[in-house]
Amino acid sequence: MKVIVYVSPKATVLDPQGAAVEHAMKSLGHESARNVRIGKTVTFEMEGEDTEAFREALNKLCDGLLSNPIIEDFRYEIEE
Amino acid sequence: MRVAIIQFPGSNCDWDAWHAVHDVIGLPAERIWHKSELPSEVEAVIVPGGFSFGDYLRCGAIARFSPIMAGLHRFAENGGPVLGICNGFQILCEAGLLPGALIRNSGLEFRCLTQCLEPVDSTEFFNKAKLGERIYLPIAHGEGNYRLEANALAELEANNQVLLRYAGDPTEGFPYGNPNGSVNDIAGVRNLAGNVFGMMPHPERVVAPYHPCLDGIGVLKAFFAPLLDAQPVGLAG
Repeated sequence: MKVIVYVSPKATVLDPQGAAVEHAMKSLGHESARNVRIGKTVTFEMEGEDTEAFREALNKLCDGLLSNPIIEDFRYEIEE
Repeated sequence: MRVAIIQFPGSNCDWDAWHAVHDVIGLPAERIWHKSELPSEVEAVIVPGGFSFGDYLRCGAIARFSPIMAGLHRFAENGGPVLGICNGFQILCEAGLLPGALIRNSGLEFRCLTQCLEPVDSTEFFNKAKLGERIYLPIAHGEGNYRLEANALAELEANNQVLLRYAGDPTEGFPYGNPNGSVNDIAGVRNLAGNVFGMMPHPERVVAPYHPCLDGIGVLKAFFAPLLDAQPVGLAG
């Protein structure tokens, strides 16, 4: 299975990078740009089927290593 | 050895911490590789600064899963004193041994300067009476912006878990306070039990006459107080 994990800063957490990029976007004339948030994408391949157990293991991986639940949210997509 | 200083790939304040503890404070210390077991005779642990595992993913996120960490968790749960400095603070937060998380500095800049700090009355040993109203410690970090959700932050404050706050001291030539956007100007915290400390400033870098000041000695002594009081310190062993 191919897994794509998207990690983003929590809505309540300040994102200094996003704020700097938003500023740049505005200075380029995109004045309506709002709420720029910068996250990261982690892609990998893993053996298994898309089962509940597989997703449980994936949740654990995302919550422990790939994202920090205090400051980040995650979601993922699984491809065959 | 009484004090273990954990070395991860990318740690770079390990020798400074060793010098400060071993030579200045006078507690026998050794550097321990992160793939080792934590030696059973150890009485205190320092997780030093640096860029463990290149700060990849998040600062401290990978070090948190190093083999030595299971032993460190047990040590901390049994009341063993643990001090995380800079990257060590980030590692202890990632490991859940300290509350909160450290993100990119609000100004996006790596801040490297001597910082004025206000010690907080936090423990019997770590307080203004022991350390003074203002102390000066070097900081050097890009991700020192301390974050904690509002309720947890209120709890942290109510329990006196803040150790140090960034402060200004205009009369001494330190006009700037908070260098990184941390909530409540927090520069260092402890766990509720009071045995795990974490701070972004580097006390180990101001302990010798050739350093800008000696304020690191008081901070390290406040952390090591339980060991220093326990018995007279022998020679290096």
